[in-house]
Amino acid sequence: MSKLTETFTHFPVVRQKALQAAVRYLLMILFAFLMFGLILLISGKDPLQSYKDILSSTLGSAYGFSEVIVAMIPMLITALAVALPSRVGLINVGGEGQLYLGAAFATFGALTFSSLPAWLLLPLMVLLGMLGGALWAFIPGYLKSIGLVNETITSLLLNSVAPKIIGFLIFGFWHSPMDTVKTANFVAAARLPTFFGTRIHLGLVFGLVLLLVFWLVMKYTRWGLEMRAIGSNPQAARRNGIPLSKYLVIVMCIGGAIAGLAGMAQVSGFYGVLLLNFSMSLGFMGFMICWLAGGEPLGIVLMSFVVAVITTGGNLLQLTRDLPYAVINILLAFTLFVVLARPTFFKGTKS
Amino acid sequence: MIKNPAPMTAEKKQFLAMRGITKSFPGVLANDAINLDIFNAEIHALLGENGAGKSTLMKILYGFYRCDSGQILINGQQVTIHSPHDARLHQIGMVFQDFNLIPALSVAENIALFLPNLPAVLNIKEINQRILEVSKRYDLQVNPRAMVSQLSIGEQQKVEILKLLLAEAHLLILDEPTRVLAPHEVEALFKVLDSLRKDGYAIVQITHKMKEVLERADRITVLRGGHLAGTLSQAEASEEKLVALMFEKKLTSLQVGHKTVTEKSSAPLLELLGVETHGEGAETSLKAIELEVHPGEIVGVAGVSGNGQKELGDLVLGMVRCSRGRKLLFGKDFTNQSVQKVRRSGVGFIPENPLTMAIAPFMSVLQNMALTRTWRYSRAGGLSIDWPAVKADVEKTMGRLEFSFPLYVPARSLSGGNLQRMVIIREMTQEPRLIIASYLTRGLDVQSAIAARQALVQARDNGAGILFISEDLEELFTLSDRLIVLYAGTIAGSFKPEETTFFEVGHLMTGSEVHHVQIN
Amino acid sequence: MTILSILGVLSSAIFSGTSLLYTTLGEVIGERAGIVNLGLEGVLLVSASSGFAVTYLSGSPYLGILVSILAGGLMNMILGYLAITRKANQLASGLALMFFGFGLSALIGKPYVGEKIHSLTRYLLPGTTGLPRVYSSLFKFDILIYLVIPVAFLIWWLLFRTRWGLGLRAVGENADTAYASGRNPRLIRYQALFAGGMLVGLGAAHLSIAYTMNWTEYMTAGRGFIAVALVIFSKWHPLRAIVGALVFSGAVAFQLLLQSSGVQVSPFLLDTIPYILTLVVLIAWGGNRKHSAPASLGRVYQGSE
Repeated sequence: MSKLTETFTHFPVVRQKALQAAVRYLLMILFAFLMFGLILLISGKDPLQSYKDILSSTLGSAYGFSEVIVAMIPMLITALAVALPSRVGLINVGGEGQLYLGAAFATFGALTFSSLPAWLLLPLMVLLGMLGGALWAFIPGYLKSIGLVNETITSLLLNSVAPKIIGFLIFGFWHSPMDTVKTANFVAAARLPTFFGTRIHLGLVFGLVLLLVFWLVMKYTRWGLEMRAIGSNPQAARRNGIPLSKYLVIVMCIGGAIAGLAGMAQVSGFYGVLLLNFSMSLGFMGFMICWLAGGEPLGIVLMSFVVAVITTGGNLLQLTRDLPYAVINILLAFTLFVVLARPTFFKGTKS
Repeated sequence: MIKNPAPMTAEKKQFLAMRGITKSFPGVLANDAINLDIFNAEIHALLGENGAGKSTLMKILYGFYRCDSGQILINGQQVTIHSPHDARLHQIGMVFQDFNLIPALSVAENIALFLPNLPAVLNIKEINQRILEVSKRYDLQVNPRAMVSQLSIGEQQKVEILKLLLAEAHLLILDEPTRVLAPHEVEALFKVLDSLRKDGYAIVQITHKMKEVLERADRITVLRGGHLAGTLSQAEASEEKLVALMFEKKLTSLQVGHKTVTEKSSAPLLELLGVETHGEGAETSLKAIELEVHPGEIVGVAGVSGNGQKELGDLVLGMVRCSRGRKLLFGKDFTNQSVQKVRRSGVGFIPENPLTMAIAPFMSVLQNMALTRTWRYSRAGGLSIDWPAVKADVEKTMGRLEFSFPLYVPARSLSGGNLQRMVIIREMTQEPRLIIASYLTRGLDVQSAIAARQALVQARDNGAGILFISEDLEELFTLSDRLIVLYAGTIAGSFKPEETTFFEVGHLMTGSEVHHVQIN
Repeated sequence: MTILSILGVLSSAIFSGTSLLYTTLGEVIGERAGIVNLGLEGVLLVSASSGFAVTYLSGSPYLGILVSILAGGLMNMILGYLAITRKANQLASGLALMFFGFGLSALIGKPYVGEKIHSLTRYLLPGTTGLPRVYSSLFKFDILIYLVIPVAFLIWWLLFRTRWGLGLRAVGENADTAYASGRNPRLIRYQALFAGGMLVGLGAAHLSIAYTMNWTEYMTAGRGFIAVALVIFSKWHPLRAIVGALVFSGAVAFQLLLQSSGVQVSPFLLDTIPYILTLVVLIAWGGNRKHSAPASLGRVYQGSE
């Protein structure tokens, strides 16, 4: 994954191949849309009308478009939480759990320090969110670095533990008087500001800034260089004097911190409350988006956008076409299938 | 269907013949029209240095490779062997250096996996029974129920041999079987081979350890540089003849530049005092290593690869821990310090396989150049890398050594020779005080090899100390100020090149002990 | 805490654990061959919904079970195609399958939400007929429950006592060695996935047809991931999975028991026990160099073509 992107960013000759790759991806996505259209047909719905509805509700109106952006925000960040560790060869499927822990820590801040002004409270919540995510990622990272357990397995297990901890905290300590599945609403000072009367919140800025920083760090800094060396050939990196274990743990923790930030952004910017099971597989979506985008920041932005269009459009399908919202997952899955299968019809380099 | 391998009549009948086998790989002619006869009921040693073509020849026989031209005849009939499966159908079996065993399965299961007529429902008891019978007959005792992961290397080898026997192989090819065995295990193995021979099996033993096979093998075939150097029967063979066949002195002129006379005055750069390492599995453990490298000297390390060279280099670099003893670099104790610290103190490392051991293949050449000293080129606390400085340093060294290669292409697109040049440039740029060069010129064309050696000599002349590991005796003799021989993880001998000969070193490399004789 | 309530927990654990055990057995087969299926959740959902739908439409739970089994096998074939033939990353493929399952099951199941079906007959456990009603009613099990332990033994026998099983385990440890012995690792992996998928389908059938007797979206509630954890906890061994399934599903039932006897432990925390246990167990073995996981689990088999 990251090897493909290595080649892309550094060799001018290959930049035109990047264009070819973009076209290829577009074709693959169209193919997926075609297959989903078939499914719609089979279940007795008009595919063309459905697609028109999806597009008009998402891209056709300003509000619709803003809703797409809102959906995009957590995806950008969770995808980055996977992309960074992937540069050193770590597979972070623990985004779900790190997201939840970040949200929990941030909620703690929101509820405990609700009397603070926003300019103090929000940064505090950001820090808490990142801390929560980092802690949750430290466990798999550390175990991997001492060679004990594979980070995929540990982070998967911790994924399942995290929402239960949230449940425990909500039920036990934080639940609002009216509702046991969520906390009291956050005070205004604990809410990330929104823009232009839409629901787009500051999390967007976080996401884009982090992606930019990621890109800059990987391209220009010493740490980016060393990380890429590890990802390219860990044994050689070790021989060349790069401290392998340190990087594995630190990078995994930073990845977790980023996912934690996504959690904070969701509860603070989007929901304004900590809700049980609020993550609709956001962590896994982030994994898929990162994978689809080849770990490249620009690709992450594009893919998040596409996926956000799909999921937001699904809302409309439910309302107008009498299809359960979950059905939109089929379109998402087809897109993933097509990219995973890399049909030779769409020729390209394998990563 | 219980079938015991039936003993063949112990006639010296020719079982298999290989005629005119030729095989080349890109850039190297591995086998050049080789003829080989294998008889029933014999132990046939295939002797030669690394790269002589022994493994290739046997892998062709086992169907792993296909020869470019040549024939294989069994009992006079030509056969085609296109895969190991075919080979097994022709009753040819091979035990590789890295065993083909599955650690998590039991001995019986590993053997059953390769049985030709395994029934759909396994009869474990019957399989265990067969194993016990055969293992008793040839003294290959193992517990069929034990998991392979629990077995010692010697026991695992027994399982591999049992695998062949129970699969009804008639020709057993063993690739360097004694490499991983302790001395008493070697004895036991030879007893086993002896009893197998008595029962009519044909055995081919690939080896570089001449002394071992001198007394045991019925016939010895020596390969050298892809050619058949000669076949001797046990009666005809002697150490001198075999060494002569194995190591013919080459007549290439090796222009390296004059060896400056250096006084061994200054303090040693590297000292290994009683160092031991613990090798895992097939790795060689180093024992009782006492070694010193001084500034301005090249210490050559001779030996057939697999006798601890990789481990020695890794040990000095810090990749491998000392289980005993101390390691001093530049006078300070560096036992078990990290690679990072070792490198920072001024140690350079040129490994045998640059692509897998030293380079980030997908990054550009220039980027790779910075990897060993990122701290030196990082600016603003790490926020940026001073690429112009990297480029300048690299170009300076390139000028000094007269190498050149493109800087902005992905590293893996370079040829082997250029990759090695690249690593040499990188290591030399940091002006290391101690250099570990491991098989510097392996796989290089003549030009590149000469250039590489010159770089090393230049470094030596500038006061660096070099640990020079190589298989090429010519090269070792020409370049080294001092020479040691590594065999089975220990230092088998240490002297100056002018005090010894190819013969003597060859002996030590192959495990025989020779009286140190002063020769002109 | 009365005998009755303890028995109640046991009964509940058996009911809820049966589908978990079938699923786990299916995943054990797949992972023993080297393929990890993160999309189990999706496979379960599709099998459960299609089985339920067919049961409702045809009136026969047996037909529904059959369809469920088939659906499981077919869903796994998707993973097989991606991971084996297209050599895609197994984790990503599994997750994609999961999303697919979310959507497809919702589509299939929508018309049948809240419907009632003819379920499997429940038979009293032999030997309990003499007990008072209140006890014996806890032990009326359907046929799938009675079959689950024999099936676990069958799977054990299949993996460890047949030629096919040996080859399968070899593929999961070292596909190259398996290939060297004349086997076709790709084909074996497909077979493993299909067989495993059928078992997962059976587990899904029990969940929707026999146990809860209804269908709702996302009704599997994470059982797919629980199964993945359970496979690890059972060290990839079918017989240990029996114990594991009881422990894992028992934890859920156990919390009801605690609540009823006034002990206030958060059900959420109790729910985490299985996972924490698995984690602890993993760390404990990690010190032992020879891990129990099939050595080539998750790796793409490149083949020698």
